[in-house]
Amino acid sequence: MRSLWSRPVAKITAGAALVLFMALLPLLNITIPGIFPGATYTPGTLQLLAYAMLIAALALSYHLLFGLAGMLSFGHALFFAAGAYGLGIVLRNFSPTWMPADVTFIVAILITVLIGFVLAALVGSVSLRVTGISFAMVTLAFAQAGSVVVRRNPGGQTGGEEGLTLDVSQVPDSLVGVLNTRNLYWLALAVLVTVYLVVLWVEKSRAGHVVAATRENELRVRVIGIRPYFVRLLIFSIAGALAALAGAAFLLLQSGVSPRVATPDFTLTLLVIVVLGGVGLRWGAVLGAIVYTLLDQRLTALAGSEFIAGLPDVLRIPLSQPLFILGTLFILVVLFLPGGLAGLTRRSAWPHRPKRGSGERMLETEETI
Amino acid sequence: MSTVVLLLITGLGLGALYFLVASGLSLIYGLMGVLNFAHGSFLTIGAFIGWEVARRLSDGSWWALAAAMITGALVGALVAAATEFFLIRRLYNRHIEQVLVTVGLALASVALFEGIWGTDPTYVTSPSWLGQTTEILGARIPNNRFMLIVVAVLVLVAIVLFLKFTRYGLIIRAGVENRLMVTALGIDVRRAFTLVFAIGGAAAGLGGVLASIYYGYVSAHIGGSLLIFAFIVTVIGGLGSLAGAAIASVLVAVLQQFANFYLGGTGDLAVVLALAAVLLLRPRGLLGAKA
Repeated sequence: MRSLWSRPVAKITAGAALVLFMALLPLLNITIPGIFPGATYTPGTLQLLAYAMLIAALALSYHLLFGLAGMLSFGHALFFAAGAYGLGIVLRNFSPTWMPADVTFIVAILITVLIGFVLAALVGSVSLRVTGISFAMVTLAFAQAGSVVVRRNPGGQTGGEEGLTLDVSQVPDSLVGVLNTRNLYWLALAVLVTVYLVVLWVEKSRAGHVVAATRENELRVRVIGIRPYFVRLLIFSIAGALAALAGAAFLLLQSGVSPRVATPDFTLTLLVIVVLGGVGLRWGAVLGAIVYTLLDQRLTALAGSEFIAGLPDVLRIPLSQPLFILGTLFILVVLFLPGGLAGLTRRSAWPHRPKRGSGERMLETEETI
Repeated sequence: MSTVVLLLITGLGLGALYFLVASGLSLIYGLMGVLNFAHGSFLTIGAFIGWEVARRLSDGSWWALAAAMITGALVGALVAAATEFFLIRRLYNRHIEQVLVTVGLALASVALFEGIWGTDPTYVTSPSWLGQTTEILGARIPNNRFMLIVVAVLVLVAIVLFLKFTRYGLIIRAGVENRLMVTALGIDVRRAFTLVFAIGGAAAGLGGVLASIYYGYVSAHIGGSLLIFAFIVTVIGGLGSLAGAAIASVLVAVLQQFANFYLGGTGDLAVVLALAAVLLLRPRGLLGAKA
């Protein structure tokens, strides 16, 4: 079979089939007990799946930074939060009367994505002056500053600890309410596909090749005469814009946003997702996000179950903390499964793995220079 | 004038806390190139176990506090050494993976602490003198600030003496300078790795007990919030430099206090701006050796 199909065609067909299947899911009645809370057409399941897909989109944007460019950023949550809070604030303050409501809505989303891009360009222009571990710490500091600003509620815009509630009067009716969850689901799917295509395009572009080369050997890229700074900045900004897009959709899906998404911990979760799925692979990021979200949801449900409550303390306390289990799982994956979940299949395909987890090159070159 | 004195000394006290966390981070990074995200957890476990010990002995007495501080430091050192031995060592020279393991450990341990001690802050009782104030130049300064400063200075002196006058200190200093060369001379640097982790963990655990006195409570997130400022301190001070960490701790904390008072609670933002400024003007930090 394989010889008849060229690999790219097979890949595109499989991808399109998967997207089509996902798009049809709200119309089907599939029940997978233990994974989904209900049948696939119920709002609860659709909400969970849409959430997982938005996290997958966010993880893909993080993959651009970490997987492709080898930049270990601890501040990516900042741009996701900028998207979520940005859209909420733009919708509240931007309502020109001469514009039809639907157009206003789309313009608001575009403005939000632009905010994400500009913010990432600003943060990146400072943090990219250092590389490796210092870069990680600096982005972490910026994310922390963002988190502080959000919590401080400047001008009553972000809602402080309470979070921000979506102003539904500015949102098209088809995206409001539990009954319309399937529209939100389709929106999330569209966001995921868009982000995937943009990431694919960036990876195949000249800029993508340059940052990948910089990740492998920065000195060589410099010797050829390319300054990696601006290309890195471009990738950083695009990743920021994509994260903002995911954040905007997140606001619509959750009809609100809490300051939790701005915390550095949220970025750590993202890092866990990307590594869990497999660093350097696009679908690894998607897979990681979906596995992580479903696991998190299921483990939380498990934590509240009577079975756990009946266990002795030694077992009950660790098992009732989903993050403890996920964190331990993550450590085990890093120690024993360097390619992540995606690496499982990859290793069987290529016994001589051509490269270890990418990203570390940036640090090694830093040391050798 | 009294306000300035108050802010200065309070800033010094906070800087002492930052230093206790940042000194370990900086040493570990300098020798091993590991950015240790689990360092905050060493602090938190030190604080919790220290509090458990103090509570069982006799709440609010001096010797219970001393016992808490010793236990906190010991527990921090043990946990840190175990982390190095069981997790970090397996990933020798793979820096990104080492960071990832510590991230996982940080996430898991904070969740575990929440499971054991709950999500709400636990309030601690310390000797009553620490809760009172002393007047200096018209400023009423909480006494616990003095203790923080004294302890941090003692820790700094102890670490410097250790690095300067012991054989292992020599190996660590040489390792920070050029690890390959030390290994080539036939010295097993790995034991120094465990040692550095233990020292950093002890400082963090001690810092945890002190932080619980400074804030008046212990919570599962106490380490994480201090850790971020400690990161900023290590970058500003220069990665791997102990003196840089000490100077930057004081600068950052004092700046934070002043901005909080005079610029309407913008201390955290001022610190991040300072970090950005340092990076723009001097990317290797105040006393950092290499870019």
